[in-house]
Parts: sequence; structure tokens; C-alpha cells
Amino acid sequence: MVQLSSNFLFAAFILYLVGILFFGGAIKDKRHADKNAPNRWAKIGILVTIAGFLSQLTFFILRWIASGHAPVSNLFEFTTFFGMSLVGAFIVLYFMYKTPLLGMFTLPVAALIIAYGSMFPREVTPLIPALQSYWLHIHVTTTAIGQAILAVSFAAALIYLVKSVDQTKKSKSTLWLEVVLFGLVSTLGFVLVSSYFAATDYSANFNYINKEGQPATEEYTIPALVGPHQYELTDKNRLEPLFETPAIISAKKLNTVIWSFAAGILLYILFRLILRKRIAAALQPWTKNINLDLVDEISYRSVLIGFPVFTLGGLIFAMIWAQIAWTRFWGWDPKEVWALITWLFYAAFLHLRLSKGWHGEKSAWLAVIGFIIIMFNLVAVNLVIAGLHSYAGS
Amino acid sequence: MNEVKCECGHVNPHGTILCESCGRVLEEKEKEKQLLDMRYEGSARRSQTYNKTIIDKVWNFFSSVKVGVWLIVITLVASSLGTIFPQEMYIPPLMPPGQYYEEQYGWLGKLYYELGFHNLYSSWWYLLLIASIGVSLVICSLDRVIPLHRALNKQRVSRHESYLKRQRLYSVSESALTDDAVGKIKQKLSAKRYKLREENGDILAEKNRFSRWGPYVNHVGLIIFLIGGMLRFVPGMYVDEILWLREGETKAIPGTDGQYYLKNNAFIFEVYDKEKDDEVFQDAINKVGTVVKNYQTDATLYKRAGEIVPGEKPELEEIRDQSIQVNKPLKVDGFALYQVDYKLNEMSKMSFNLENKETGEQFGGVTLDLYEPDMEYDLGNGYRVEVMSYFPDFEFNADGEPATKSRIPNNPAFIFKMFTPDKPEGEVSFVAIRQNIEPLGDNDYKMTFNGVETKNVTALTVRKDLTLWIIGLGGLIFMIGVIQGAYWNHRRLWIRKIDNQIWTAAHTNKNWHGLKRELEMVFADTGIKAPEDQLVEEKKD
Repeated sequence: MVQLSSNFLFAAFILYLVGILFFGGAIKDKRHADKNAPNRWAKIGILVTIAGFLSQLTFFILRWIASGHAPVSNLFEFTTFFGMSLVGAFIVLYFMYKTPLLGMFTLPVAALIIAYGSMFPREVTPLIPALQSYWLHIHVTTTAIGQAILAVSFAAALIYLVKSVDQTKKSKSTLWLEVVLFGLVSTLGFVLVSSYFAATDYSANFNYINKEGQPATEEYTIPALVGPHQYELTDKNRLEPLFETPAIISAKKLNTVIWSFAAGILLYILFRLILRKRIAAALQPWTKNINLDLVDEISYRSVLIGFPVFTLGGLIFAMIWAQIAWTRFWGWDPKEVWALITWLFYAAFLHLRLSKGWHGEKSAWLAVIGFIIIMFNLVAVNLVIAGLHSYAGS
Repeated sequence: MNEVKCECGHVNPHGTILCESCGRVLEEKEKEKQLLDMRYEGSARRSQTYNKTIIDKVWNFFSSVKVGVWLIVITLVASSLGTIFPQEMYIPPLMPPGQYYEEQYGWLGKLYYELGFHNLYSSWWYLLLIASIGVSLVICSLDRVIPLHRALNKQRVSRHESYLKRQRLYSVSESALTDDAVGKIKQKLSAKRYKLREENGDILAEKNRFSRWGPYVNHVGLIIFLIGGMLRFVPGMYVDEILWLREGETKAIPGTDGQYYLKNNAFIFEVYDKEKDDEVFQDAINKVGTVVKNYQTDATLYKRAGEIVPGEKPELEEIRDQSIQVNKPLKVDGFALYQVDYKLNEMSKMSFNLENKETGEQFGGVTLDLYEPDMEYDLGNGYRVEVMSYFPDFEFNADGEPATKSRIPNNPAFIFKMFTPDKPEGEVSFVAIRQNIEPLGDNDYKMTFNGVETKNVTALTVRKDLTLWIIGLGGLIFMIGVIQGAYWNHRRLWIRKIDNQIWTAAHTNKNWHGLKRELEMVFADTGIKAPEDQLVEEKKD
């Protein structure tokens, strides 16, 4: 059943990619320039997207049946659920605003998130005592849905910036926009590198001295550019690390980050060579027909819809469960703190918008930063800072 | 104070920008603008009106959203600093925290500790930030909600031309307003749940005004939440104790003034088993090794019967048996007991035999309760053992003398005095794990180790938090407010007949797209133009 469910996830992933193509076609199609009604390409695009969403929902339900608990208990499960919620949020907003361009930007982000999540261990994990509660389903799913709706505002903000930032001359805006796009490209780099070495079954084992001064072992699944503290490679014919790290730094994670960046840089250079201009500049023509005010409103609207959902899931349900499982509703665990930071950030966003009149480009940049905070909480807090929520990383 | 009388006859409070009743612009500066600033309906806000006394200045400082946003941003950045390294409560209590941070994280860790970031969230300046946000919430809300409420209540149906034409959505139609068209429009507006008011043939359609109160409702919720957080420091509101309980042991639950007792019948620790548990977990268990399935204390709860008599064992009345697990605390009388820690196989009893070193003959055994050992054991036939000293957690102290680190029998050691018929003055022997020292010269007899019994120990957090319901109430009110403000929009539409023209204008606090679409529908096939977006037209020019 687990295998079967995985097939549905894969099918969903492919359908999302196909969906992107159709939404792209919808924008390029000049024959039906009638703005008010989506053309045939867009209609097929949204149908394919919905099919993908249903397929992923099937994955989710089958895996739930197989494991006996909602599949949101480890990083793979949570991240793919987050991706699914993002698609779901997009579908809802699509029917409110009927903009295929939003699909062209949201679906790649969702597909990238699902691919990223799939790089982590995919076994069905049994629940540790702290997770054995129905609040697992309630808290985690609500939080993911809230974050996903907030992430739609990022996609809309990206459209806004791609259209509005003047690409004819270099500026801070063009630079930062490229940095954001480079972040997405690096994620793609991580996925490609991990997939390649997973497919070739790469494995290199090390003995090393951990930060407590004890001997320990570590298995690398991608070639080690960076070796652990006082390492000794125990496999033959494997790449010798180029340098080693001090004991307090996790060499394996640093190694993955370096590989992702390296692959990201290579991909980025490749894109630039093919396109012969900034990526954002290459995307700009696609946004020609979109109304900036409308995109701005979609971005703002998704924050307005997502903020209460996130508050409910990420703070209120979280506090209720923390009171039951950890004896206190708030304990300044890193994940809790970063949920608070996310919340404070979007609160600031709303105040700036309502009272200071930060519309348009400023608001779009804020939506981008908000998404970066959400991603930081998902990626860095799980993998780097750890804390009580660290089981989510295994 | 000098009030402002508008040309329409309405008397506005000092500082009003737009007449509450007809919407005429009262402030010179505002008159030049092409579009009105509709925030807070142009009402008279205290902070924008007075700036003389210190109270005015403090009020004005905290009523500024700019200040509020800065407070939020500073709090946000400060909070993130606290996650760079773990907070003090999450580090192992093996050594002084200063040393720990330096050893683990080098000079950065030392700096972190010296700046006090290891306890950032209870530092005075962090609490001051939170308090400032609280003050800002109160003042910002009061500064706006009262005049806004007044302005919305006083609004008249017929707004002045200067008001209408400076709305973002606005249009003029050169057609007469036929009864047929009016009927159609009114019917459609009603269907869209607008409330209609009419005066001299002018119409004001309004809906969802309550959403304007959302922000203030959610701020009230936040303030209640913060007050709840502060109440924790009031004595009696909050109990946080830990109860270590060995199997078989009964202890008073701390914090309950000896009212409740708890007995640990058994502590259970389980891990997932590849063979017995669900097959789907096999791969994960193979990969990770051990995954814990359950921590559980089978407990019996007792209540004291009768009065406390010092020195006497309390009379206990059984209330119920309950298994305490993670996520399933035991609750009684406002207290909750949570499974938080455990220790497996703590030594509870130790047995020794008195033995003649030469012949190996044994003269009986003693079993010592490691929590409260008896000090004398008569083995009969003139053989007797006395416990001279007991060190539950043995170590040699700085002076090289035997001492105990704690009361917990982690490393028990004894000084025995063995009395036998041939050595009636007794021989002294020091016995610890894998040690047997004879401090006063060679003995004829010794105590030989004869086994140990162990017990599991459970640790329960005892918690009472009387602030929970206030915090919960705050959270609930916040959610209601935030949903009220975010999921509904306050929309208004004005229709006026001026000479032979029909003027329409509309306003919403957000989601202009939705309003525009709604109005297009309302005005379709009526011969009257729906209000048009002046912002869009501006951009086209």
C-alpha cells in the first residue's frame, strides 16, 4: 500500500509539471485575447492541476491508512503535504481570480517543494510518544495549510516583481530578484544532486570524532567535499574530502549545502548562457498582460486569508498541544520561536499595508521575505537548529 | 475645545478632517488631494490633534503604527537571536552554563552567554519590548476605534460632491435615474446583503461594517492574552514542580499542600518491535534502530483523609488508578501530572553475606534497603552486622574522605562493623561496588556481595496553571477578531442625483477587486455606469 501510495505522489508530481506547460500555453495563446474568460489552455491547465491534487490526496489518504496516522510526522511527509496545500490554495485562488499566470508561478514552486521533500527518508515512521495524539493531525495540517496560503502570496509577489522591476538597467531590485530566483534554482540543484547520487547508490562511510570527543560514524550519500572532524574514510574508491570541519559543525549537512550551491551556480550560469539575460528579464514578457493591481491584490488577499489559518494552526493549536504533551503551552523552543517570528512578520506586513500604505512593490518584497522566513523555519530550524521539533528531520 | 461646524450644519469634534455627516473636507491640506485619505474616515484622532503635555507626547508615540511596527520588527529580530544557540533550559545541566557555552560553541558561545542571550526571553529588555507592544496595542486601538465608531455612526446618506468625486471608485452618468433602474439596483444590492438607506432619493448601501471592528477585537484578545501571561507571576496562579517516584513508592504531590498523594505501581518503557508491531514500520526501525513507543506510569491517586498531624503517617483514601502517558496527563483539582522523565533500573536493594575469609564459611546474609537501610542486623549465634556509615552516591571528596554526592543510590557504599564470636569488638570493613577496603588492618571476616535489586523511577511534572483560561479566552477573542477583519470587507456605495446626473462612488477597506466585480454586476443593464477605479485611470494617463 505504501508503494502504491508513492505512485500516486509521483503521478501528482508529473501532473503538476504538465499543468505548468498548459498555463504557459494559456499565456502565450494570442488567439483568445479576451481577458475576462480563461482560454482553453488555461481550462485544461486547471483540470490537470486538480487531477494532480486529487492524485496527491490519494497518496495522502492511502499512506494514512497504511501507517495508521496522518502522514505529516516526518520531514518528507510534512514537506509534501505543504506542497499539496500550496496547490490546493492555488486552486482556490484561481477560481477567485482566474489568472493562469499565477499557476505558472505557483506550480513550479510547489513541484520544487515536493521534490525537495522527497529527498528525505521516505520510510513510514512509527510515532514516538510525544506525537501520539490527534493534535498531530490538527496542528500540523492547519499550520501547513496556513503557510501554503501565505506562500501563494510569494508566487503572486514574484509575478509582481518580475513585471514591475525595470530590467533595462542594473539595480538593487534586479540583483535581489535574481538572488531569490537563484534560491529556487539552488533547490533544484539540491534535488538533482541528491537524485543522481541516490540513483547510483553512492555511499561513503567515515569514522570521526564528534563534538563530545567520542568516536562516531557517518554515512555520506553524496561525495564528501567536506569531511567530518578528524575523519577516516572507511570505504575504498570514494572521493577523499578536500577539507575537514571543526567538531561543532555538521560536516554532512555543510557538504550537502555546498553541493546544492555549486549545482545551483552551475545551473544558473547555464540558464544565463542560454537566455543571454537575467532570468527575471527572460520571465518578464510572460507577465505582459497581467494587471499589476490585480497581482498585488492576490498577494495581499492570500496573506489576509492565510494569516488567520496560520495563527490558528501554528500558534493556537500548537499551544494547546504543547500544553498537553510538553506540560507548557509555550517554551521558547526554536520552532516555536520561528513560528512567532513568522507571525510577527506577517503582522508587521498587514500593519504596513493597512496604515502606512505599503502597496505594490514594497508589499511584494515583504511577501518574498515572509516566504523566506517560512522556508527557513521548515529547512534550517529542522536541520540546523533542531530542538524539540527535531524528530521532524529524521 | 473649539469644535468644527461644517457647512452642512453638523458639529464635528476638534481635529476632524472629513465632516462626519456629509464628508466635506474640513482641513485645508486635504483639499488639494485628488483622492481622499479614507483611513479612519478622516475622524479626529487624539494623537493627531493634541501635542502639548507629556501625556500627549507619550500617547502620540505609542499611537503611531510606525512605532508599533518597529516594536514588532525589533522583537522579531531579538527573538531570532535567541535561537542561534540553545537556551539555558535546553542545555544539559552537567556543568555551569558559562562553561558549557564556551566548550560547545567557542568564543561565540562565550559572547552569547555574556550578553545574556542564553536566557534571552526572560531578560528585562525582552519583557520590556513585549510590554511596549502591549501598551502600543492599547493606545493605538483607543486612538482610532472611538473616533472611527463616531464617524461611521454619524454618516449621512447624501455625501457632499467633493467627497464623492474623491473616492477611488467614482463615476458620473448623464442619464436620469428611472424608477425601474433604481428598483433593479436596490434589488440586486439587497440580494448582495447590502443594507440600504435613502434620503431625498439618494442611496447609501453598506455592508459588513462589523469587519471594521476586527482589528480592535483582535487587539483586545492580544491584551487579554498578555495579561494572562503576566498573571503567572501572581503567587498561587502557577505551580511547576517535579515529582520523582520509584516503583512502589507513595509520595505527596508537591504543590497540593499534602492534599493529594500518588503511588507509582509500575513504570513501563516500551520500544517498537520489528516482529510484533506493524510491518510498515520495519524499514524505519531497521534504519534508526530503536524507536520509543511508550513511557507510562501506572499510578494510584490518593487523597488525604482527615487533618494533617505532624509526625504521623497520613491516612489516605484511594481516588482512582490511572496510567499516565505522554499526551495523557493525570488531572485532579486543577493540577495536571505529566510523564516527563524516567530512570530505568535504579538500585533499590543490595544483599551481602558475612563470610570467613579463610574458610569461606558463610554466617547469614543481610539485605539493605538502599533508600532507608536498617542500621543493625542480627544474624544469630553471636553474629551481628552494624552499618556504621552509608553513602548512597559514593565519592571521595576534596579532602580524600568518603562522602556522598546525592541521596540517590547511584553508587552505594557502606562501612560495616562485623561482630563475630571470635571478634567481639568487631572488625571494620568498607564496601563499595567492586571495592573492599579494610581500613583498620587485616580482617578475618568480610562482607561478600550477594546481588542487587532494581526498580524503575518515573518523573512527573506537576503543573497547575490558573492563567490558562484567560490565555485561552485571549486567543479565542484574537481569532474571532482576526477572522472578522480578514474574511469580510466593509463596503459602501453612494448614489446621488445631482442636477441631471447620477453620481456613484464606492469605498472598501480592502479587496477592491471584489468590490469592483460586485458593482459591475449590480449596475449591469441599468443604464448607469458602475463606479470606476480612478487609480487605474491615473496610471493609464
